[in-house]
Amino acid sequence: MGSINGTSETKLMKGNEALAEAALRAGMQAYFGYPITPQSEILEYLIIHGPKRGSVVLQAESEVAAINMVYGAAGAGARVMISSSSPGISLMQEGISYIAAAELPCVIVNVQRGGPGLGTIQPAQADYFQAVKGGGHGDYRLIVLAPNSVQEMADFMFDGFRLTEQYRIPVMILSDGALGQMMEKVTLAPDGSLPLTQKPWATTGKPASRERNFITSLHIEPEMMEEVNLHLQRKYKELQKEVRYELHHTDDADIVLVAFGLSARICEKVMDLAREKGIRAGIVRPITLYPFPSDILREIAEHAGAFLTVEMNAGQMVEDVRLAVNGKKPVFFKGRMGGMIPTPEEVLAELESIVEHQLLHA
Amino acid sequence: MENSTNGLEVVYEKVPTLTDTLMHYCPGCSHGVVHRVIMEVIHEMGITEQTIGVAPVGCSVFAYNYMNIDMQEAAHGRATAAATGVKRVHPDKFVFTYQGDGDLAAIGTGETIHTVNRGENILMVFVNNGVYGMTGGQMAPTTLAGMKTTTSPFGRDVATMGSPLRITELIANLPGALYVTRQSVHSTAAVRKLKKAIQLSFEYQKLNQGTCFIEVVSNCPSGWKMTPVESNQWLVENMFPVYPPGDIKVPKPPAVNN
Ligand SMILES: Cc1ncc(C[n+]2csc(CCOP(=O)(O)OP(=O)(O)O)c2C)c(N)n1
Repeated sequence: MGSINGTSETKLMKGNEALAEAALRAGMQAYFGYPITPQSEILEYLIIHGPKRGSVVLQAESEVAAINMVYGAAGAGARVMISSSSPGISLMQEGISYIAAAELPCVIVNVQRGGPGLGTIQPAQADYFQAVKGGGHGDYRLIVLAPNSVQEMADFMFDGFRLTEQYRIPVMILSDGALGQMMEKVTLAPDGSLPLTQKPWATTGKPASRERNFITSLHIEPEMMEEVNLHLQRKYKELQKEVRYELHHTDDADIVLVAFGLSARICEKVMDLAREKGIRAGIVRPITLYPFPSDILREIAEHAGAFLTVEMNAGQMVEDVRLAVNGKKPVFFKGRMGGMIPTPEEVLAELESIVEHQLLHA
Repeated sequence: MENSTNGLEVVYEKVPTLTDTLMHYCPGCSHGVVHRVIMEVIHEMGITEQTIGVAPVGCSVFAYNYMNIDMQEAAHGRATAAATGVKRVHPDKFVFTYQGDGDLAAIGTGETIHTVNRGENILMVFVNNGVYGMTGGQMAPTTLAGMKTTTSPFGRDVATMGSPLRITELIANLPGALYVTRQSVHSTAAVRKLKKAIQLSFEYQKLNQGTCFIEVVSNCPSGWKMTPVESNQWLVENMFPVYPPGDIKVPKPPAVNN
């Protein structure tokens, strides 16, 4: 890759490789992974570039082992990342629950593929529920970031480490196979732009000067366990100030497309096509899927006529959109499943039909 | 007892690597003794500041309440994965796991084999009591043939439930295993031998030459429904024939000079 590190740099890269390179520049100290398409490039890139730049990189015997290695390394104070694709992320759920409960910082990358089951290696967004509602057992959440470009695949590594260390809540970057595989121009921040944080709670060996540190998620007394839950819930509430989203022409929009990740890019095309036809369409793109940008949707519902949520799944985020809009305006859904990507034309047709039947003749 | 001025001398005391917390283990259980021996070695070797322990789900899940060192509790079966994470980011520290037989030889078998196969430079302490203690005495992979447990109420039927798994012999075959030994704590002599093995293992860990693995053949008076004395007797008569104490793999001479 030539000389890297010292300065910011612009180049053409695959999403997965940009994310891996960004992780190193963001000061990652350990990575644990297991091969699965369409994200294996992350492990392959890191095994070449990681060790010589000071990061542990280890191919585990399974995703179960890998996520528990993350638990160990994160508990011992390292800046840690792990990546996989849908079936592998399913396998990690017990470990993710432990990590969330023990409040260990780490970044988990899901380069989603179509399911259920072994499914397909084509891109999908069908792990939305799993990502934003917790995924494993117990009441916990992850901070979920949804990139929609190779640039954001890289940028969100920095945001991810920053957020996870600030809140001690694991971060998930919810990407998909298309973003992982596509090549785009990307500007990479220089090495060292994200200073390491102090972790006085980590298990690094107990000096005489402090009490022992221990990492655990066990609280056998229900009163204590509820306290821990209340503490977690307070932190999730605090997360509201980290809500991020992007708006396109929502001010004058009659109909607002709501989409994240790759679907949001498709919706940009749909919006342009619609506006050419004289339909005032806009877009809300949630960037943080948890915390979810409910407030802005609620505000927009005051003046927009309807919403059309577009996803590469059977309709998952649409439930959160409906909760936010709370019946004020109709919320429609257009999705493709199993690794199929909706075309701008088919989304436009749906949008035109809503405008025709719901808005004009309402 | 306080000092030697009145002619008395302290011959034994609790080491500072153990907390004052009362252990929750059943009377006569091996866990407390094994805890104590490990902590004595860490104290005596002066490596408290450099040692991190990992104890997974099982009766010893609360080890961090008793061991006055930095500790991680781990998911059932994943202790050595967590320990791998710890050791890889702190290669200069001493890392050990403390696992039951259900943990190490059933749900965590994959982790056990691959951790040793990578030659992770850690110590694995494997407390084999032949049952799942924490969940109430169910059948473990190490349960003896014919042995009654709550999930083998008519005795372990080898034809349908498999044979007792001698995982220690299995992992000794892996090139990543540096030192593999089987010990016990049913007698004072045995406790002394275990202590020696733990000491040796931490010495070996400094050499960075592979995994050290100590099986401790243990009792479970509650799970076995015996008195502590009966259980130690039963252990000698029934566990030892299947799990004979002694070294299984020792490093070739130049490994350590002591
Ligand atoms: C994924 C998962 N499965 C099952 C359990 C329930 N469980 C807790 S401890 C245990 C068995 C522990 O037995 P062992 O490892 O032999 O240790 P011991 O309690 O005998 O010391 C089981 C099955 C769990 N906590 N997590």
